[in-house]
Amino acid sequence: MKAYGAVRALDGLSLHVEPGEVVAVVGPSGCGKSTLLEIVCGLLEADSGTVDSPAAALMPQRDALLPWLTAEDNAGLALHVGGATAAEARAAARSHFAAFGLEGFERARPSELSGGMRQRVAFLRTLLSGRPVLCLDEPFGALDALTRVQLQAWLAGALAREPRTTLLVTHDVEEAVVLADRVLVLSPRPGRVVAEHVVTSPRPRERSGDEVREVAARIWRELLATGSSLPGAAASPKAVRR
Amino acid sequence: MSAALVVLVALGAWELVCRLGGVDPLILPAPTEVAEALWVDRGLLGEDLLVTATEVFGGLVLAVAVGAGVAVAMHLSDAVRRALHPLVIGSQAIPVPVIAPLLIFVLGFGAAPKIIVVALVCFFPLAIALFDGLRAPDPDQRKLLRSLDATRWQTLRILEVPSALPRAFTGLKVAASVSVIGAVFAEWIGSDNGLGHGLLIAGFQLQTARAFAATALLFALAIALYAACAAAERRALRWAQ
Repeated sequence: MKAYGAVRALDGLSLHVEPGEVVAVVGPSGCGKSTLLEIVCGLLEADSGTVDSPAAALMPQRDALLPWLTAEDNAGLALHVGGATAAEARAAARSHFAAFGLEGFERARPSELSGGMRQRVAFLRTLLSGRPVLCLDEPFGALDALTRVQLQAWLAGALAREPRTTLLVTHDVEEAVVLADRVLVLSPRPGRVVAEHVVTSPRPRERSGDEVREVAARIWRELLATGSSLPGAAASPKAVRR
Repeated sequence: MSAALVVLVALGAWELVCRLGGVDPLILPAPTEVAEALWVDRGLLGEDLLVTATEVFGGLVLAVAVGAGVAVAMHLSDAVRRALHPLVIGSQAIPVPVIAPLLIFVLGFGAAPKIIVVALVCFFPLAIALFDGLRAPDPDQRKLLRSLDATRWQTLRILEVPSALPRAFTGLKVAASVSVIGAVFAEWIGSDNGLGHGLLIAGFQLQTARAFAATALLFALAIALYAACAAAERRALRWAQ
């Protein structure tokens, strides 16, 4: 359980993620999704309950790139903080730039990169932290629809090449179904798991695939149903997201 | 470019008023007379300029060093912040005529007391700008550093200092602009050289043109300092443009 003052963000939430599994968490605004990730990453203490997880790396909602660092220095930030010299971290990051479609932008500042490129740099930074668990907080939320679909396909490929236990929080139901092995549906605040869907179709998945469409439709019905069963939710104060 | 034009037009108007209006040159010398004084007294004025520039530069360097140290210490420690914050603000309320004689009494008539007065005047805008800047980083960036288990020192070096630089440079530019007047005041209290001293002597001797020439040099010194700070800012903050 996690509460901010009188507002309970999460309550009675329990989830288990297998090593190497990609689990997506979807839910209405303010259901405590970001809080969940921050607890898993050790940024917040739960008021009650426990987390048993290997070290987790967070990719914050906005890319949080440092504007004074070059793309390669941003991507290598976790290594540098972890003890590598700036030059070592930069070299390690640079060796991934081609695979991430960032070749030629090693020395560019974040302000010179497109939204999609910024997210890829941020994801590379998260991967290079070397932590076994990745916590992605709406990684594509700020992108236009086309870039978002392209980056979802790209992320699926990246995770296939370099499998990591991944906890993906998103608003985008189709994104969750396309990317995840399992999708958890959270209730409005205080968030807890109200449904679970296993997605079995092989990757890469198309948004138009039969299973994807069918699972997504079911999740949509559940989300709308949880919303209508709590009419107060829509009028409650804005999301407790920090 | 346009600033040069404004100055030229103003000088032209000034010259015209002096030539036509019959203003007493003891009160307001014409720009040409000031220019003549600049040239005739160039040896004396040049020496004074060097003295004042040294005091101003030394004071600025001292203010940057102490201001940065105090701002970082206040940022890192609540106890230090509570102890120093009122004193930092109070330092601005000490009138130069009160502190300068004391410093001159202790340190003599040399450059040291002037450097300290300049530093005292410049310290506040620098320390406050840097202190506020250190608290400016975006919460997501802080969260990121925390999630990477960055130490306090790493957070300071990697995140807080770089993101404080834009504000710190604003503070530096304000400090540079007030530093010159600080040096002049300090020289007025007790000095045997420097542009402020020269200004005072020229006034006593009714050498108004020379006083204006000294003022013109102070003007140029302030602008040169500001320009140097702005250039350093452009170099250091290329990412912010």
